[in-house]
Amino acid sequence: MSEFSVVGKRSPKVNVWGHLTGTARYADDIILPRMLYGRLLRSTQAHARITKLDVSRALAHPGVVAVCTGADMPELMGIMPSTQDETALAVDKVRYIGEPVAAIAAVDEDTAYDALSLIDVEYEPLEPILTIEEALTREDVRIHETSGRPANVFKDVHLEFGDVEAGFSEADHIEDAWYFFEGNTHAPIETHSSVASYDGDGKLTLWTSTQVPHYLHRELEKVLGIARARVRVIATPNGGAFGGKSDPFAHEFAACWLSMRTKRPVKFTLDREEVFYAHRGRHPVLMHLKVGARKDGELTAAHFQSYLDGGAYASYGIATTYYTGALMTVTYRLPAYKFDGVRVYTNKPPCGPKRGHGTTQPRYAFECHLDKIARKLDLDPVAYRQRVLQPPNSRTVNGLRITSMGLGQCLDEVQRATRFSERHRQLPRGKGIGVAGSAYISGAGLPIYWNEMPHSGASVKIDRGGGVTVYCGTSEIGQGSDNVLATVTAEQLGVLPEDVHVVSGDTSLAPVDLGSYSSRVTFMAGNAVRQAAGRLRELIVAALAEKWGIPADRVALAYRKAYDLADPSKAVSFAEAAVLAESVHGTLVSVGSYKPPRGIGGDYKGAGVGPTPAYSYQAAVAEVSVDLETGVVTVERITEAHDCGRALNPPSVEGQIEGSAYMGYGEAIAEEQVFRGGLHKKPSLLEYNLPTSLDTPEMRAIIVETVDAEGPFGAKEAGEGPLNPVIPAIANAVYDAIGVRFDETPITAAKVLDALQKNKERVGPDGLGSQKDQKGALRRLSASTAAREKKRTPPVGTR
Amino acid sequence: MTKTLLSLRVNGETHTVAAEPHHTLLEVLREELGLTGTKHGCELGECGACTVLVDGLPVLSCLTLPIELDGAEIVTVEGLANGPQLHPLQTAFAEEAAAQCGYCTPGILMSAKALLDRTTTPTREEMAQAIAGNLCRCTGYTAIYEAIEKAGTRMRS
Repeated sequence: MSEFSVVGKRSPKVNVWGHLTGTARYADDIILPRMLYGRLLRSTQAHARITKLDVSRALAHPGVVAVCTGADMPELMGIMPSTQDETALAVDKVRYIGEPVAAIAAVDEDTAYDALSLIDVEYEPLEPILTIEEALTREDVRIHETSGRPANVFKDVHLEFGDVEAGFSEADHIEDAWYFFEGNTHAPIETHSSVASYDGDGKLTLWTSTQVPHYLHRELEKVLGIARARVRVIATPNGGAFGGKSDPFAHEFAACWLSMRTKRPVKFTLDREEVFYAHRGRHPVLMHLKVGARKDGELTAAHFQSYLDGGAYASYGIATTYYTGALMTVTYRLPAYKFDGVRVYTNKPPCGPKRGHGTTQPRYAFECHLDKIARKLDLDPVAYRQRVLQPPNSRTVNGLRITSMGLGQCLDEVQRATRFSERHRQLPRGKGIGVAGSAYISGAGLPIYWNEMPHSGASVKIDRGGGVTVYCGTSEIGQGSDNVLATVTAEQLGVLPEDVHVVSGDTSLAPVDLGSYSSRVTFMAGNAVRQAAGRLRELIVAALAEKWGIPADRVALAYRKAYDLADPSKAVSFAEAAVLAESVHGTLVSVGSYKPPRGIGGDYKGAGVGPTPAYSYQAAVAEVSVDLETGVVTVERITEAHDCGRALNPPSVEGQIEGSAYMGYGEAIAEEQVFRGGLHKKPSLLEYNLPTSLDTPEMRAIIVETVDAEGPFGAKEAGEGPLNPVIPAIANAVYDAIGVRFDETPITAAKVLDALQKNKERVGPDGLGSQKDQKGALRRLSASTAAREKKRTPPVGTR
Repeated sequence: MTKTLLSLRVNGETHTVAAEPHHTLLEVLREELGLTGTKHGCELGECGACTVLVDGLPVLSCLTLPIELDGAEIVTVEGLANGPQLHPLQTAFAEEAAAQCGYCTPGILMSAKALLDRTTTPTREEMAQAIAGNLCRCTGYTAIYEAIEKAGTRMRS
């Protein structure tokens, strides 16, 4: 029998009933009296100076109540305090097609939409920077004039650990290749939506589809110039997010500003096309990876270089850049490691964090690389990985503390479930099987702004009827965070999750939690709630122990009862126990908090990204068939095992594994956020090609439990890590099927067919033009620039 | 724009609504009738979140004009339960964790209901076909199939 009464049970999520009956209230479902409807005017230029912006005709349009522009909110903002380079609406200059320029509030949506065309805006076009190469070399075109770095470099970082040179000289085999991971976007089915209401008491409330109510709260104060004490942010249930709702956005500021101006509620709901411009999705990353190995496969050194195409603004870019390098060391033993990362600005929608934040692209490169090494050394890819695992309770070469580590068990599980080793290299041409491993963090070790406060706070209250309420600032984005709060509370107090009232994501009602990003909620909020509920548990137990005259450790709380373990007939209901405890101890309200321990990372500049209280681990096997006539890759099945420490709610963990596998599949095969001359090529769900039920492979999710010593009841993250191994597992399976290495994503039918027809052994980049042949790269650059100039300027005489 | 009076049968009740004639069924359901359980993810007929049943068949309410629906029986997610009795799909979706963020869920429930009203023993292929127009970004569809199967089993007994 389980030691738990709630943890590990296959029970429905506490908040699922609203989803199933249509009563869940998402931001766009909020309708308030006298509410106005907002729309954003967006830039039609990739890179231009705003030479004229006149809103007077729009303002005069019947039904339009207020209009605002960048000049009304000129304060710099952005999610990372050290790299703020955005304004709520564009000021003087636009940097991508789709950038918000002005906002309108009108009596209804149709009027707001119509009035957009009455805003007079004129641009002086500037040459757009659209590629990593251009961004690195074009000193003459600056997207951010005051960035203080060469050309359009946003950030470059360089780290070296151990003796890399010696490591390479000891290697029997050196594998060296370039990779390119294409950008893609989150595409949550709910588009971003916000309702702001500035009320007669001078207080502002913002209901919004956000993952980070606390960070948004800070930015609203900064940009709107209203004391944070007078602002309340309520994160509504997010209809999917995946990282795409973790920045402060133009529509959030505009809704607040227009509500403050009009003293009426204002709602903004983005349309689908706008979500592709809001973006903050997966960075396109060009990567160079060099790995040394001995004959037995033991790794001797690695050098990894990443070039991130960041789009027009910072977003989380400084963290993303470090994340491309940081987690390379936590899966397999690596005695020496060098990392160089560069993120550049380009005139495209800003990239940011998408599920797996910055670790997905390098993991793809690294696991494809290991497959190549295994092939060269004639090693079985599963057995090889098993042999070189980073041990549990160890330190990596870059100073990261490893505690529980279940990658070995995950590999065992997928091996057992798929008979991988018997089938690899044995299947007929066109059929393939591939494997990969990976890891992720259970929450970032540091907050985004420097402070000594807890990362997560929670409060628990018990009323006189035995009703339990848990308060925590987490944002429910569909991952099941409300259910985590209810489960942990219920386990501690001996009630059932469905008994617990959950108040989350509300900056006025709940203690601060940093937000639903970096897979931090189960671990950090779970621990905060565990402490808060545990404190009430102690009070109840003490009151009963005294009354019954027994030691405290004989009092048990479970299934809505309190009883004597030695004599279970001595029992009272939970409500009676609560009344007794309140009589003895006073009002039953407690608090709890969590902050990651010190010393879990290194002590160098840049060491702040990568540490976490516990890493999750996962392994995936993909089985594919490739149509040799059409090039279509069909992923038949994905089998994935995930070490989540302990599954607080197994169906939720399986759901995260399956959902991640699905999303990884989409990134591997189809999805791409791509542009033509700065214009998004596919800003709709149909063109963007989200996998449907007919495309999605069969999936098998396997839970591995390593019971982490510091996790709440042993739990670690489940929401992001399982995406990471899927993409390299598919690429490795495609190689097994047709003998072509795909060192770039996505693996589309057109690329496969081209490779088959031309007998290519590999599809992927050969390097950064400027490094291989600097003059050649610059020549190509100037030719393409000239071509673009010619296109833009009509020949003389035709004007 | 002038509003037109419409008579709509929704979830077994007749409503008289004044709505602008170019507004879609989706807009009228959400904004005029307050039935916000029906969601929108694109308003272009691409995501299926707005699926409702019209005379038992799934339609995209974002591409349907209410003026065409005189006399038709419209069912939304709010009308799925039989009074206080949840539909077997609703309980099965809860048990199988087939709803994560829940945003595509109302549309998928309606497509699934139309399928199970046709057959309570659908194959995986039939289920995949039935919800091929409903994009889910969270689940990877597996749990949804399991829930539809379970609901079908319960509807047979």
